[in-house]
Amino acid sequence: MQRLQNIYRLGIKELRSLLHDRILFILIIWAFSGAIYVVSTAASQELHNAPIAFADEDQSVLSSRIINAFYGPYFKQPVMISNAEIDQGLDAGIYTFVVNIPPDFERDVVAGRRPDIQVNIDATRMSQAFIGASYIQNITNSEIATFLKGSRPESEPLISLVPHVKFNPNLESTWFASIMELINNITVLSIILTGAALIREREHGTLEHLMVMPLNVPEIILAKVWSMGLVVLIASWLSLQLMVKIVLQVPVQGSVSLFMCGTLLHLLATTSIGVFMGTVARNMPQLGLLMILIVLPLQMLSGGVTPKESMPEFVQLIMQIAPTTHFVSMAQAILYRGAGFNVVWLSFIAVFVIALVFFAMSLALFRRSLASAE
Amino acid sequence: MNEHAVASLTGLNLRYGKTIALDNINLELPAGCMVGFIGPDGVGKSSLLAIISGVRKIQSGTVQVLEGDMKDSGHRLSVCPRIAYMPQGLGKNLYMTLSVFENVDFFGRLFGQDQAERKTRIAMLLESTGLAEFRDRPVGKLSGGMKQKLGLCCALIHDPDLLILDEPTTGIDPLSRRQFWRLIDHIRQRRPGMSVLVATAYMQEASQFDWLVAMDEGRVLATGSPAALLEKTGTDNLDAAFIKLLPEEKRSHHQELVVSPRPIQIDATPAIRAENLTMQFGSFTAVDHVNFEIRRGEIFGFLGSNGCGKTTTMKMLTGLLQPSDGQAWLFGNPAKAHSLETRKRVGYMTQGFSLYGELTVVQNLELHAQLFHLPARQIAGRVQEMIDRFSLADHRNMVASNLPLGIRQRLSLAVAVIHKPEILILDEPTSGVDPIARDGFWRLLVDLSRNDGVTIFISTHFMNEGERCDRISLMHAGRVLACDAPQKLIEQRGNATLEDAFIDYLEEAASEDISVLKLSTASVPVSAGHAVLSSKFSLRRLFGYAYRELLEVMRDPVRLVFSLLGSVLLMMMMGYGISMDVDDMQFAVLDRDQTPESRDYIQNIAGSRYFTMRPDIKSNSELDLRMASGEVSVAMEIPPDFGKDIQRGKPVEIGVWVDGAMPFRGETILGYVQGMHYGYLAQLAKQKYGKAVSMAPANIEMRYRYNQDFKSLYAMVPAVIPLLLVFIPAILTAVGVVREKELGSITNFYATPVTRLEFLLGKQLPYIGVSMLSYFGLVALSIYIFGVPLKGSLLTLTFAAFIFVTATTGIGLLMSAFTKTQVAALGATAITTMLITVSFSGLTNPVSSLSGAGAVIGHLFPATYFLNISRGIFTKALEFKDLYVDFMALAAFIPVLIMLSVIFLSKQEK
Repeated sequence: MQRLQNIYRLGIKELRSLLHDRILFILIIWAFSGAIYVVSTAASQELHNAPIAFADEDQSVLSSRIINAFYGPYFKQPVMISNAEIDQGLDAGIYTFVVNIPPDFERDVVAGRRPDIQVNIDATRMSQAFIGASYIQNITNSEIATFLKGSRPESEPLISLVPHVKFNPNLESTWFASIMELINNITVLSIILTGAALIREREHGTLEHLMVMPLNVPEIILAKVWSMGLVVLIASWLSLQLMVKIVLQVPVQGSVSLFMCGTLLHLLATTSIGVFMGTVARNMPQLGLLMILIVLPLQMLSGGVTPKESMPEFVQLIMQIAPTTHFVSMAQAILYRGAGFNVVWLSFIAVFVIALVFFAMSLALFRRSLASAE
Repeated sequence: MNEHAVASLTGLNLRYGKTIALDNINLELPAGCMVGFIGPDGVGKSSLLAIISGVRKIQSGTVQVLEGDMKDSGHRLSVCPRIAYMPQGLGKNLYMTLSVFENVDFFGRLFGQDQAERKTRIAMLLESTGLAEFRDRPVGKLSGGMKQKLGLCCALIHDPDLLILDEPTTGIDPLSRRQFWRLIDHIRQRRPGMSVLVATAYMQEASQFDWLVAMDEGRVLATGSPAALLEKTGTDNLDAAFIKLLPEEKRSHHQELVVSPRPIQIDATPAIRAENLTMQFGSFTAVDHVNFEIRRGEIFGFLGSNGCGKTTTMKMLTGLLQPSDGQAWLFGNPAKAHSLETRKRVGYMTQGFSLYGELTVVQNLELHAQLFHLPARQIAGRVQEMIDRFSLADHRNMVASNLPLGIRQRLSLAVAVIHKPEILILDEPTSGVDPIARDGFWRLLVDLSRNDGVTIFISTHFMNEGERCDRISLMHAGRVLACDAPQKLIEQRGNATLEDAFIDYLEEAASEDISVLKLSTASVPVSAGHAVLSSKFSLRRLFGYAYRELLEVMRDPVRLVFSLLGSVLLMMMMGYGISMDVDDMQFAVLDRDQTPESRDYIQNIAGSRYFTMRPDIKSNSELDLRMASGEVSVAMEIPPDFGKDIQRGKPVEIGVWVDGAMPFRGETILGYVQGMHYGYLAQLAKQKYGKAVSMAPANIEMRYRYNQDFKSLYAMVPAVIPLLLVFIPAILTAVGVVREKELGSITNFYATPVTRLEFLLGKQLPYIGVSMLSYFGLVALSIYIFGVPLKGSLLTLTFAAFIFVTATTGIGLLMSAFTKTQVAALGATAITTMLITVSFSGLTNPVSSLSGAGAVIGHLFPATYFLNISRGIFTKALEFKDLYVDFMALAAFIPVLIMLSVIFLSKQEK
């Protein structure tokens, strides 16, 4: 009972200290409001303003119809270049796409000779190249089809494909980016806050003070874990309700309270990592450098940025011990796909086990660092 | 201006925000003698000395130093080689990881001395200060006294006419202190014209000076020779004289401190007993077989210099550290098995009053009362009692960090005794506090000891505080030299004062211990004049800074690892992590037909490398569930009678469900599925009609250039190299400069003839070198680990990389001009470089696709151009002639960035 009281009181002290640390406080507010807004509304991964050029050797009605079919927001105003300028333009990176329409194209199409259109793609621009290529294909095909309408019988394909996109029918990137940014910030902020709380205590010499009081190490650590975890938990709930749902108008599918329960477990893991890093780093600058080396991989390889399935197997395997991997998959399932506990329970267990391991490790390291402190 | 004045100040004012640091100072400081500035911490002594030395900027008033106006930068530059400035703090302007020789050598370079001159001068200086045998020892491992002597060597390397020392002896042992002053005397005998300005907190020292300035709260109280001050105040020592000089309202509460004798106690178990207490940190013995016994109710003093093991001993007693050897007992219980119950009987006050600065006085007291488990009902009463007893009522709702030092000290004591401990362990509780507050504090201690029977164990480096203790132990280099009542120690040695007795013990110990320095008889070097006058630009000074920075980075494991391995590590991660490839997608089918035709269609898709087949789906609800869990990313429903309908030529529809949670992935999956569907149709037609038939009237041929396999790794790697070569070099450089601001060694830049350009380029050079090393690491990683072929010339790429890192380290320099702490420099640089590089330099979307502000930023950022070069050389085999425009744009950033950094860097502290 007395232990719980100690943990509670030390936690309240942390909260009071945080309230006075203006920079951290502003950082929290920004991370859960402005940052999410900026990231989810900024340039997306969809095709946008792709630079395209045409080398039109046909100069026919059909070729100009095709060229005129390319406009914003997907493509920039097409540029007309000569055949000789194709390589140069691609080399210099001025265009991502150069379409070459051969001479006598229109005549050959009408005659049913199936002429070739060549699309040159700068495949080093991955984000535009693939999606852009299929847009070009569709646009060109449909222009030719319209041009030929009536002159040739239409052939309906025997088997047709009826695509449905689940969970995000219009593939809007805001839906994805806002929630992923929220999830990333939960991880980053909880680690920074706990790490900084520990280092602040060390730099001000108050840690020694705590150690001579009738307190033990788990109490000191748990106080930081609960207080900083609570701050992030509340901030993320507010952010989800206000920023994501109301401002960005993202329809959240699943149960927010289930997500919050998952976040709670995740926070136990990340705040433990924070304690761990706050113990390894001797001062704030070192903590900053460590953050870059540790938190970036935790985020980028978690499956929240790019699909997990596409990473090499050994990376996927290593990332199984990172709490972020399970948290991201849990959050995606709950918030995007409306999954219930029956679907995500395995992730819950994984996060919880990892959290316990990290907590035990940070406890051990913290004890050791105290014993050898100079 | 007085002809005999080395400096004259008129109407000098200085404020930090709202606080007034110096208030209308008018002074004439006599030349050719030793001028002392006395007064407690925070009265403006340091600010005043910094202004006289030209390190700090003058806000208002005039300052004439060495026949010239210090507001005039031309004059500052010309007198700078004649002034030496040693800032406050042990080794504040020294570099802890560098050796003794390297430190002095660095200063020699800053004053433009050539190698031969430096060598002779350093040898003589080290010889005369007794540091010669520690030539190669890192400064961080020197004792406080040695650090200060080294600081003096660094200050004297260029034979200054004006030597400015800011509290040079605070916190060092009395023997070293005495030696230090002897050293100064030697130098003055050799160079009689030299003026010395010294700030000190020790009044005994000040009584030896020629002329004194007594200061309080930014004002000058009095000036004159020590004798004159004593006469004026009618006192016999400077401590008393200083108190007399204070304004009436300050000293009204002051009365002479009387320590009443300790009542004869019934001897029970000693409160604290230590036996052979030893603490070893690696090969360094901090505490060496220490023995003592403290009786209940006694005031026991620990006297010694900084770093002699006082703090470590106290930490072992409180259970914070486990002794390597020996044992300690508190009330007869071993300190090792430190139970939570014994902790309640001990109060501890750490060095520097560790309070929660963000909490108010009352909150601090309440928190400690609660954590010591005082019954809830008593807490309010006890807190009030503490506030009354320690006179904290006026400040009860102020946050601790805003309290004046003296009040903070009282609060700290109140916090330490709130739970009525039987022992009070106080680690240097009075350092930095003015004499009146110190006496007041001692009055509280005496009260606690004599009236409440609290045992007090206190450490200090003030001799007069040692005299107030019942018993003291003299400590040096981890060992107790002697332990007895102060009066007895003095008598035993037959000395006049405790300080003399202490020095006696130290000298005795010195015969067997090398860590106490002996002053050599070798004379202090004196050269005829100033060999090198400050020039506008000196490569030697530049390389001095560059060399020193390089040494420091090499000896800082965290920064070294970060600079060399950081980028390689991040590249591994990004190469594997930020893949735009979408493959191995989980795919499952709800086949309601189960005919050879349906299986044939499914096989067409399942066979592709993009999809991995999962077990079949049985029902619509299962489809929903499995897609919700993310187990299946794309599902297909084949309607019943699919096979039959195809045979009959009746059109059929196949349903596809794609997980759109990750839009980019969803869109790509859709593209794949459609492509494979059309492929199947074409194949079907071929089987049926025996020839390839296409529905399309024209054939659109896609030529994926530069990256035929369409592997995202080939596209990512050449783009990640520029990203990492902005990110890490900029951070390292920014932190490298701001570190000096934070640690205080930036003073060397202010106080020496080094120019802004030399300083900046010198700081930049090592990071260019380190960044080039990590560039080679990145290229090797790309080629050998990721297997990305380098199609163009390595030489051209390397040349571009060199220009690029010169520009990006320049970004770091520029960022450092706007930040004050390392954390801020780190955060600001990381966020800006990362954001601009990722969003606006063509990493994902080409700059040509950007519009508005984004496009402008993209064009004004060097990464844009290097990205083009890197991609061009890696994937397109381009040559210099194809890329020269980008090269030129890149090179143009260097002078612009450096010029801006020079403009924003201030040569004086503001």
